[in-house]
Amino acid sequence: MELLALSAVELGTAIKEGKTTAVEAMQAVLDKIEQTEELYHCYVTVDRDGALGRAKEVQKKIEAGELTGPLAGVPVAVKDNLCTEGILTTCASRILENFVPTFSAEAVLNLERAGAVLIGKTNMDEFAMGSTTETSAYGVTRNPRNPKHVPGGSSGGSAAAVAAGECFFALGSDTGGSIRQPASFCGVVGMKPTYGTVSRYGLVAYGSSLDQIGPLCRTVEDCAVILETISSHDKKDSTSVARSDTDFTSALVKDVTGMRIGIPRDYFGEGLNPEVKAAVLKAAALLEKNGAVVEEFDLSLVDYAVPAYYTIASAEASSNLERFDGIKYGFRAKAEGLHQMYKKTRSQGFGPEVKRRILLGSFVLSSGYYDAYYLKALRVKAMIKKAFDDAFADYDCILCPAAPTTAPELGKSLLDPVKMYLGDIYTISVNLAGLPAVCVPCGEDGRGLPIGLQLIGDCFQEKKLIQAAYTYEQLSVSGS
Amino acid sequence: MSHTITDETIDYAAILAKLELSDAEREQAKQDMGRMLDYIDRLNELDTSGVEPMSHVFPVRNVFREDEVTNGDGSADTLKNAPEEKDSMFVVPRTFD
Repeated sequence: MELLALSAVELGTAIKEGKTTAVEAMQAVLDKIEQTEELYHCYVTVDRDGALGRAKEVQKKIEAGELTGPLAGVPVAVKDNLCTEGILTTCASRILENFVPTFSAEAVLNLERAGAVLIGKTNMDEFAMGSTTETSAYGVTRNPRNPKHVPGGSSGGSAAAVAAGECFFALGSDTGGSIRQPASFCGVVGMKPTYGTVSRYGLVAYGSSLDQIGPLCRTVEDCAVILETISSHDKKDSTSVARSDTDFTSALVKDVTGMRIGIPRDYFGEGLNPEVKAAVLKAAALLEKNGAVVEEFDLSLVDYAVPAYYTIASAEASSNLERFDGIKYGFRAKAEGLHQMYKKTRSQGFGPEVKRRILLGSFVLSSGYYDAYYLKALRVKAMIKKAFDDAFADYDCILCPAAPTTAPELGKSLLDPVKMYLGDIYTISVNLAGLPAVCVPCGEDGRGLPIGLQLIGDCFQEKKLIQAAYTYEQLSVSGS
Repeated sequence: MSHTITDETIDYAAILAKLELSDAEREQAKQDMGRMLDYIDRLNELDTSGVEPMSHVFPVRNVFREDEVTNGDGSADTLKNAPEEKDSMFVVPRTFD
């Protein structure tokens, strides 16, 4: 049996049936990492010995009948901004180069309770600020589909690890597209749930009103199973929502008959690569042929999402990152006096993109500019949310690209930040409006680089997305 | 409108952000912030009068709970990551003369 070719659910089933073990699966992943990690660099930390030890313990519990879920024994990679007890958690920043959390994020605990086995921590843009994984303080990650290209970001290490077979599935976080865009670039499935569905406890905060944790994986079935496992109401996250409809696997139904799908005309204009456009519209046509009602509509306000987002996200980042001051954890620079120490620690500990955003965030929150910039952006956010509310009065889901292009070459993005930010145009408004969205592969460009199809749903309507994405995936596999 | 960020503005933002910028970093930061603010100014094309600022997408309120201790003494754990500690306390540089 070629273990690495299996999906997470297929592997879990094989382990349950005794065809393989959690230890064999982990060994296969570690062997693969040994072969390809030097090239791809998906991980900041691979916890080899710990991973095998945990796999042995889980295997015993599976054999004793204590762990029976679909993810029991399945190796998982976790983005390095999710705290993991006893395992280095750097956020790909120098300022957390020595931070070993004494607790684990709730989403990680939920996976461990289900028997998934942690491999290590994946590379990312520093503090999740970036769209290419090139702002990591620990080196770039390469796209396994073509190592001359970026994997996307900020959850680039997680997406690349899934694409490279260096894990069976991974967790990422999505503040402005950081799960869906790397999923698109690496040709894997990625989902950002409705805000509040997955506890943010133990996720190092970037933009707290926008951050959500979600899965990166090979199939829509895996996506539903993982999301069902990590969703929970958590008193330790005050924005956690108590939901009783998290049985997401019930939506794995191949049927889109009568489903109303809207295509926002304003997402298909200038700046969209023609090959991406063609692949996404082809996917829409396939769903229509199989019974969906597909219509074009005007979403409006599209050009205002990126500037509103960067105002709000930078403001929240400047506040959230105040805690990195060299006192309680992380790197501390040597300096005379408290304030000198703060400044030197932060100046030496943060990279250029983080500094750029916290400077902007400090400015837009400062006295005299708060109303003009920050409150203005929050008003625009309300208008964007209203535009989506209007759209979902007519449609079950919105279909569009995840990104305007396929993965750019390494080294081409960071020189022009505003241009890089514009690459987030199709993902960012989803975070502003708190909506769920999924990205599934829908073809490749002439160079063999993957293209991603994004489906956006109304708040709490993940099941519609899963059903549409599952149907598309099954139809495209069978070529009908 | 095109923004020109002065030394005073960038130094003020740096004080708020607790960052020390080299000369080269400061010049770059002035350019970057100017470009970003030019871009953010597009929001002024929208008439937002009468629109309430939305800080949260759901109508959330404060979450209250009883003030009961549920965790044990975590002080040893808390100090594990301290850059410097002494007698169960964080050591910090001199704060006043």
